[in-house]
Amino acid sequence: MDFATIIQILDSTVRLATPLLLACLAGLFSERSGIFDIGLEGKMLIAAFASGAAAAVSGSVWIGLLAGIGASLVFAAIHGLASITFRGNQLISGVAINFLASGLTVLLGQKWFGLGGRTPSLEGAARFEPITLPFARALADLPAIGPVYYELISGHSILVYVAAVAVPVSAWLLYRTRFGLRLRAVGENPAAVDTAGISVTGIRYAAVAITGLLCGLAGAYLACGLSAGFGREMTAGKGFIALAALIFAKWRPWHALLACLLFGLLEAISIRYQNIDLGFVLIPVQFTQALPYLLTVVILAGFVGKAIPPRAGGDPYVKER
Amino acid sequence: MGGMPKWADALLVPLLSLIIAFVISGLVILLIGEDPVEALWIMVTGALGSTYGWGYTLYYATNFIFTGLAVAVAFHAGLFNIGGEGQATMGGLGVALACLALPWPHWSLALLASTLLSAVFGAAWAALPAWLQAKRGSHIVITTIMFNFIAAAVLNYLLVNVMRPRGSMDPATARFPAETNLPDLHAILGAVGIPFAKGTPANISLILALLACGLVWVTIWRTRLGYEIRAFGKSEKAAVYAGIRPIRITMYAMLISGALAGLMAVNTVQGETNRLLLNSVEGAGFIGIAVALMGRSHPVGVIFAAILFGFLYQGGAELALWTRIPKELIIVIQALVILFTGALDEMVRAPLRRLWRMR
Repeated sequence: MDFATIIQILDSTVRLATPLLLACLAGLFSERSGIFDIGLEGKMLIAAFASGAAAAVSGSVWIGLLAGIGASLVFAAIHGLASITFRGNQLISGVAINFLASGLTVLLGQKWFGLGGRTPSLEGAARFEPITLPFARALADLPAIGPVYYELISGHSILVYVAAVAVPVSAWLLYRTRFGLRLRAVGENPAAVDTAGISVTGIRYAAVAITGLLCGLAGAYLACGLSAGFGREMTAGKGFIALAALIFAKWRPWHALLACLLFGLLEAISIRYQNIDLGFVLIPVQFTQALPYLLTVVILAGFVGKAIPPRAGGDPYVKER
Repeated sequence: MGGMPKWADALLVPLLSLIIAFVISGLVILLIGEDPVEALWIMVTGALGSTYGWGYTLYYATNFIFTGLAVAVAFHAGLFNIGGEGQATMGGLGVALACLALPWPHWSLALLASTLLSAVFGAAWAALPAWLQAKRGSHIVITTIMFNFIAAAVLNYLLVNVMRPRGSMDPATARFPAETNLPDLHAILGAVGIPFAKGTPANISLILALLACGLVWVTIWRTRLGYEIRAFGKSEKAAVYAGIRPIRITMYAMLISGALAGLMAVNTVQGETNRLLLNSVEGAGFIGIAVALMGRSHPVGVIFAAILFGFLYQGGAELALWTRIPKELIIVIQALVILFTGALDEMVRAPLRRLWRMR
């Protein structure tokens, strides 16, 4: 494996990790506030569809982005309604949201475009264009640093950089602001927050809305950045890998970045190499694909540092009367 | 429950939720420019209008009875087994191994072996998440989701690299010998003089599913284990205080649940395709969630809910055949049923409760 190949694999790692990271941070806000969300997959899917469809019709990727965020927010609102207002089972609500997205995207896609659930291919202004960072071209010929900067860091679409920036912003929001403190408190001990005169419902809705926003970005990136248009079931389990990454990161933003990069790398490797021959043993591609899930189970089992979820996660809050 | 009689809780609430789900589905059909009444008519005639339609409806219903029971048993123990998909995938592996391992002289012996093996494989796939939940406190919902994906990867590996017959490009096992083919409803009902259409996939597994319903009912409501499972599900603290061991109950409930999900494969793999394909479960594991919710985790409720979903599946296929409505409509209906009977339950229940208080 030469240097150029490594750069290529890392480059696709960055691309593949981006939707995971956005969805993972999305889940982070929701789960930190005590709302389990296994509907990340569904929100990403409906956002990908909405942004793909809107970008195809309008010819503008920005309108696509807005549509994606809007659709994801609607789904987040359903989840909020079920799990906050009506104190329903958050897991079941998440399952319902995944199915709703899976069915609606095909139904509406077939009705509007008649392409068997796909949206028309996007080109030009309907897609996120790669951004060339300053001096990238000038530095490209430098040994080592040049290719890394030109190929790996520069030349991605805007949402890749947004995702990267979202990590420190999330960390700051969670650990350095009043809102973040309250959000984390609501996820650990909602009764205490309520006693302090702060609305548990309000904080949780805010958290779920942030989740919707970030899933919208993730979906829009899938349809208008990573691919040129929406394809049916295009999230293909990414929402669940993001969920796995969230657990792997033990619900912390910076660790989420590392986990998503790791899982993105695994995906990049499994796309590039079918089976990996280590000389003494042949690693089948299915193993590489299943590795994120296996690692998550190991982490969950607590053999390598126990993952403890927010304490009030999954419990609807009932105000004392 | 504040004055609401038991029948209202058991029948009225799910019925109302179902009606809301169907009304919204009707609106979705309107939204895509089709006629909901006509759509319903096509579904009813296509799925229930002939014994041929019934053959498919009951075939799907058989799957959903197994997966619905699987989810229901776990629900009774307060556990949410979302891993029916993976457990049924592994059950399929068990069926394939049973059918291919020995030259069975008669289908009944093959059925015995495949029933046993599919249940064992399904239970085994549920065992690790159950153990991790019981011993290490790992959330069973997350681990069973992960195990769904791992099962898919394992099956993919086995079908592509190990079990695929030489010279075949399909990622599937060899065809099972003809002696293992299960008798279909045409043959079974024909033997007692009831005419039933030929060539439908409904087979003797339906009887196996009904037997499983009976066994689950006896286990949950008439045995000590069932009592302990229900007590544990209602209140873990009270159950522990009463001397019920959480690890034991979690393991037993999940093993039964996994075995039931695994049994589904007898119907699909041995009863219909006669070889093991990739993705032979096709989401039936998840539909079990909707079926258990609608059926209030009671075997009788599960049977009715499973037939309803069988009807939806067959009706949906008819719709896709005769109209421009894609069969994914069923996924939307299924999502709405799960949403309204499972997550938005309180939205339906609260006004009803108020109504009763007003009387």
